[in-house]
Amino acid sequence: MKSILFLSGKGGTGKTSLAGAFAFLATEKVLVDCDVDAANLHLLLDPEVVTEGEYEGSKEAVKDPERCTSCGKCRQVCRFLAINEDFAIDPYLCEGCGACAYVCPVDAITLSPRESGHWVTASTRLGPLASAELYPGEETSGKLVMLVKQKAGELGKQVKAKRLIIDGAPGIGCPVIASASGANAVILVTEPSLSGLHDLKRILGVVQYFRIPAYLVINKADLSEEMSRKIEAFAATQDLHVLGRIPYDRTVTTQMVAGKSAVEDTESPAGAAMRRIFDHFMKAFNDRR
Amino acid sequence: MRITIASGKGGTGKTTVAVNLALSLIELEPVQFLDCDVEEPNAHIFLKPRIERTRSVEKLLPEVDGALCDQCGACADACEFNAIAVIGTRVLVYDELCHGCGLCRMVCPTEAIHEVPHELGVIESGTVREFPFSQGRLNVGEAMATPIIHELKKEVIPDSVVIVDAPPGTGCPTIAALHGADLALLVTEPTPFGLHDLGAAVGVARTLEVPTAVILNRVGIGDDRVERYCQQEGIPIVMKIPFDREIASLYSVGIPLVDAVPSWKERFLALYQEAQSFVQNAGSSVASDLACLSLPPVCVRTRTGRRGRQVSDEQERRRQAATLQEAEEGGVK
Repeated sequence: MKSILFLSGKGGTGKTSLAGAFAFLATEKVLVDCDVDAANLHLLLDPEVVTEGEYEGSKEAVKDPERCTSCGKCRQVCRFLAINEDFAIDPYLCEGCGACAYVCPVDAITLSPRESGHWVTASTRLGPLASAELYPGEETSGKLVMLVKQKAGELGKQVKAKRLIIDGAPGIGCPVIASASGANAVILVTEPSLSGLHDLKRILGVVQYFRIPAYLVINKADLSEEMSRKIEAFAATQDLHVLGRIPYDRTVTTQMVAGKSAVEDTESPAGAAMRRIFDHFMKAFNDRR
Repeated sequence: MRITIASGKGGTGKTTVAVNLALSLIELEPVQFLDCDVEEPNAHIFLKPRIERTRSVEKLLPEVDGALCDQCGACADACEFNAIAVIGTRVLVYDELCHGCGLCRMVCPTEAIHEVPHELGVIESGTVREFPFSQGRLNVGEAMATPIIHELKKEVIPDSVVIVDAPPGTGCPTIAALHGADLALLVTEPTPFGLHDLGAAVGVARTLEVPTAVILNRVGIGDDRVERYCQQEGIPIVMKIPFDREIASLYSVGIPLVDAVPSWKERFLALYQEAQSFVQNAGSSVASDLACLSLPPVCVRTRTGRRGRQVSDEQERRRQAATLQEAEEGGVK
């Protein structure tokens, strides 16, 4: 089972739109949404939940005020500034490391697990889906990404899938790194702007760091011919295989409003470009193996 | 006043709003700009700051002295992040999982662990057109963005209008950027993805009890469900930016909208004025809520609750507050 991951560095470049197109075009696949902060792939899939569960992420320190003697030892050891002058614990700053509980001489602090999210596996019109959602204000999205990947792997075995189509998160941090570990190919989706190029360089750094074969797609390419050329010139210096350009096309949004991918509209110029990119990728990916 | 510009979905226009708001205000207020999107900081592309100082943000990683370690495993048992493990006669530290809390060192009975600094990223500070600018930059390959954001927030200059450009999402980096803000401006677009992620971002802002308003970008694409949602939830839409190829092409080459089209400056100034009065009103309504002792205490941050219930609690709280306010006003008359 090979996993194909969509990343971008910069948000809003069209990762999910392209992943949705691959979901429609690929065969023998499981669909995976690893953007647990803002999971959107299901909006194109019309899912029906098969299994679901709560996700216990990090723990948090909880103080029993009856026992606390305000000795202040906890505040001294906390490196996350989560304990204030009155020795109250700020749940948003607490990382759940347990150092405070360890040093507390009267056992006033305990670590309690918190339900940080919710995972689902679903059957959809385009195949099985593993997805998850982090509750607002929760932490440890990286661990939830690992859990989604595990669920996707199990689904893949059940249906004997050959490929996992994985929609990733923006950025270069914790959830991105969690989704990138073990990926067989990364498709980077960028847009023709200075921000797009700046962020592409950083995400490519991460992908190269993990030595994953990387491919590039320039979305909304006609919004700036100049920047599209600059990005292609940059890709050439990096041995980054350019799969193609997608033109700006309003049908991507109108299809999204209808809960569909642009490739499902045979008239859509963006959809046609996505088809070519899919064929191009499958050929390049198979040749590499 | 600290205004944090955030969004659930990426690429909705946070940086555009933050940059243009800041540039519109410089003649009027002491402005400070903080780019808290430390994974992909982009504001510098538009603002072109002169960076004058750079400092490193580090975490402390454990290092084990093999001569003192007896492989008892106390460190591995204590670590909540599975960042340290005893394998045979060796102790392995997984750098990327380690949060640098220091608990392993504390629990080690043979004092075999000491800590060494490890750079996560940098804080770069300088000036843009005379106003102070700071940004964080996570090193490529590092996972932990949050400590850099916390460090960056230490740069806040009191009594200035601090414009914070937040990272996308709803996870810990977003929380770190939003925590303590006087106002969250959530930027979204009128699409199903925009709507879905706006709901998540509103959830975060509400759990942090930050007053929230929405900016709708790329108006003209998509549908009207975001507007209906905002109306239902009682969240004001304080600015609408049309979808326009001109705006997109200025963005693509890093030219701030207000520099190219000065009439936008007035719109961003109007946005600021609206934001100011919104924050004042939000402040007084919080105060009046607190005065309403008859209101049941509502735990806005529901650990176990689903998003839906949280919203309904909040709705219920506001409904009660509104009823009480009506009653009070009736009494005065």
